[in-house]
Amino acid sequence: MNFWSLALRNLLRNRRRSLATLLAMVVGLTAILLFGGYRSNILYGMQTGFVQYSGHLQIQRRGYFLDGGDNPTAYGIADYPRIVEAIRRDAVLSPMLAVVTPTLQLGGVAGNFSAGISRSVVATGLVVEERNRMLQWNEYGMVSYAQPLALAGTGEDAVVVGTGVARKLKLCAALGVPDCSQEDAARPADGVSAPADILTLSAQERAQPAAAVRNRIEILAAGARGAPNVASLSVVRANNLGVKAIDDMYVAMHLSQAQKLVYGTARPEATAIIIQLRHTTQMAAARARLEALLAGEFGWQGLEVLDFQTLNPIYGQTDEFMASIFGFIALLIGVIVLFTIGNTMGTAVTERTVEIGTLRAMGLRRAGIRRLFLCEALLLGAIGSAAGLACALAVSGLINGSGWTWTPPGYSYAYLVLVRVGQDVPLLAGCVAGMVGVTVASALWPARRAAKLPIVDALRHV
Amino acid sequence: MHPVSLRNVEKVYHLDAVTVPAVSEISLDIRPGSFTVLSGPSGSGKTTLLNLIGCIDRPDRGEIAVAGQPVQTMPDDALSDFRARHIGFVFQNFNLLPVLTVYENVEYPLVLAKAPAGERRKRVLALLDAVGLAERRDSRPGQLSGGQRQRVAIARALATGAKLVLADEPTANLDSHTGAAIIALMRKLQREHDACFVFSSHDPQVRAEADDVILIRDGRIAGIDRRVAAEATA
Ligand SMILES: Nc1ncnc2c1ncn2[C@@H]1O[C@H](COP(=O)(O)OP(=O)(O)OP(=O)(O)O)[C@@H](O)[C@H]1O
Ligand SMILES: [Mg+2]
Repeated sequence: MNFWSLALRNLLRNRRRSLATLLAMVVGLTAILLFGGYRSNILYGMQTGFVQYSGHLQIQRRGYFLDGGDNPTAYGIADYPRIVEAIRRDAVLSPMLAVVTPTLQLGGVAGNFSAGISRSVVATGLVVEERNRMLQWNEYGMVSYAQPLALAGTGEDAVVVGTGVARKLKLCAALGVPDCSQEDAARPADGVSAPADILTLSAQERAQPAAAVRNRIEILAAGARGAPNVASLSVVRANNLGVKAIDDMYVAMHLSQAQKLVYGTARPEATAIIIQLRHTTQMAAARARLEALLAGEFGWQGLEVLDFQTLNPIYGQTDEFMASIFGFIALLIGVIVLFTIGNTMGTAVTERTVEIGTLRAMGLRRAGIRRLFLCEALLLGAIGSAAGLACALAVSGLINGSGWTWTPPGYSYAYLVLVRVGQDVPLLAGCVAGMVGVTVASALWPARRAAKLPIVDALRHV
Repeated sequence: MHPVSLRNVEKVYHLDAVTVPAVSEISLDIRPGSFTVLSGPSGSGKTTLLNLIGCIDRPDRGEIAVAGQPVQTMPDDALSDFRARHIGFVFQNFNLLPVLTVYENVEYPLVLAKAPAGERRKRVLALLDAVGLAERRDSRPGQLSGGQRQRVAIARALATGAKLVLADEPTANLDSHTGAAIIALMRKLQREHDACFVFSSHDPQVRAEADDVILIRDGRIAGIDRRVAAEATA
C-alpha cells in the first residue's frame, strides 16, 4: 500500500464524479491541443513558404528593404558573384547552406498591348535552377503547395506571371487560367483614349500573326541611367502565388534578362543575395558568421543581413495573433478545469472529513493530509492528460485524413486544414505540463483546507 | 509513571455569546495497565476529556502528561508523531478506511510509524489472529459486520504497540451481545499487551468489567470507583 495506490483507490471510490472530471480535462486538453496543432501547422507552413521563396536570410544594401524596393539601381550589390563565392567557400557557413542565390527585383509596368491593357508589376530576376532547388526545402514535412518555376530550360525572354497578372493582362485563355472568362472579349475599341504611343505599339502587335502574339507582353522599367527601357517577353506560364496581393503583381524572369532591363550593357548587379539554410535553428549562427564576413572585405558597400521574419512581417504578426488566441483559449480552459477539479477535490474533502480526522488522530501530519489530496489530484491530472492526449491525437488524425479545406483570408486558393499535434513536441509537453499544473493548483486549496481541519471537529462531522 | 496524568485541566467551548465549560478543574492519574471507564450522563464531558487525553484537542488551562511527557505545548507535527507512537484510538463508528482491506487498515499505523515491512507483516498477522479475523484479511470494511469492524479497529489501535488505547463509546453502535464480546476482547488484549485502556460508556456491562470507574458530572469528577485495589505502582 503506497500513496499512489491509495490515491487511485480513492479516485475510484466515486467513479462517476472522477469520470466527469476526467471528461472536462479531456475535452479541454483536446481543444487546446487541436488549436495549438492548427496554429503550428499554419506557422510552420508559413515559414516553409517564406523559406522556400525568400530564404532564411538575405543580404541587401542597407536601407533597400524599407526604402529602396522600386529603385534597384541605387541599391545594387556590386561584385555580388564574389560575395556568393565567398559564402559558398566559407568553412563555417558551407555545411549549413542549402542554397545561395542572387536575385534582382524591379518595379515596372507590364503591358499586353494587343489587349490594350497595362498594369504595374514587381518583377524578380532569378537563377531558375537555384530557386527551384529552394522549393524543395521542407524541414517540417509540410504539405507543400510550391510549384516549380516553369522557366527551367526556357529562353532568356521567358517569364512566369501570377494568375492575377494573367487575368489583368487578359492572358487567361493562352495560359489556361481557370475561372476566367474575359479572354478576347476586350479587344480595345478604337478610339479609347489610350496614349498615342501605346496605341501605335498595340497596332504593331496586332499586325503580327495571332498565335505568336497571344502570350507576349512588354515590361517597361527604369534603367540604370534613369531612361526607360522596354523588354518584350514571352509568358510561358501563370502560377498561383497563394497570396492575392502578390499574385496580382508577380512576374519572374531570368536574372540575366532582369539585369539587362535595369543595367543594360553596364556591369550587372543584384538587389539581394538569398541564403537558404538546411535548418531554421542555424539562423543565429549563420547570421553571425555572415555579418563577420561582410564586415571584412565587402564592408565598404554597407550591406546588412535580414532574416525571414523581418522580410515577411506577416509571419510575426500571424505568430502573435495566433499566440494571443492560443493564450486566451488556454486561459479559458485552464480556468474551467481549475474550477472543475477544485470542485471535485473540495467535495471529496467534505465527504471524507471523518476520515481526515481519523488519519490525523492516528498520527498523520498535516502535510500527510495535504499530500494525500495532492497525490489524488496529480494522478487525476496524469490520467486526464494521457486520455486528453490520446483523444487529441485521434481527432487530429481524423481531421488530417478528412481532406477538409479552407481559404485563408487574402489567399487565392484553398488549403487543406491540417493540425500538427503529434509532431509538435513542445506543444504537447507544454499543454500536458500545464494541465497537470492546473490540476495540482486546483487541489492546493482543498488540500490545505483538509489539512487545517481541527481533528476534533473533523471527527464530529456527520 | 502514570500513562495519563491531568492537573487542573479545563476546556471551554464558545457558542456565540455563551461559554460552555465542557470540563473544568480535572486532576486525575490513570493507573498503568488499567481498564478505566469514564462514566457519566450525556453532555457531561466524557468525549471532551478523552480528546484531551488523546492529544487531538488542547486544554484551555492545566497540564496534561501522557506517557510521562507534557503534551499541551507540543507543536502540531511533534504531537502527530507522538500520537502515532503512543496512542491508539477506537471509535464509536469504527472509522476504518473504506478503500483499504482489513489487513491494510491494521497495517496503516505501522506504515505511519515507518516500521520495516517484515515487522509490519508479523504484527498485523498476529493481531488479526488475536481478534479472530485472519480469514477476512483481504475483505474491505464494507463487507464486514459492525462487530467485525470494531475488532479490526481494536487490532489497528494496538498495531504500533501503544500502551494507551482510547475508546469513545466503542459499543454504542453494537447490539448488547456483540458489545459484550467486544468488551471481553478488549479486556483480554489489554491484559495480554499490558496496555492501558481508557474509554467512555453508558453501558453498565462495561462498567462491570472495569478496574476503575471515573464518574463525571458537569465536566467535573464526581467520584472514582477503584474496583480493583490499587497496586503498589499507584
Ligand atoms: N465542539 C463543540 N462546540 C461546542 N460545544 C461543545 C463541543 N463539543 C462539546 N460541547 C459541549 O461540551 C459539553 C460536553 O460534551 P461532550 O461531548 O464531551 O459530552 P459527552 O459526555 O461525551 O456526552 P455524550 O455522552 O452525549 O457523548 C456538552 O455540553 C457539549 O454540548
Ligand atoms: Mg461523547
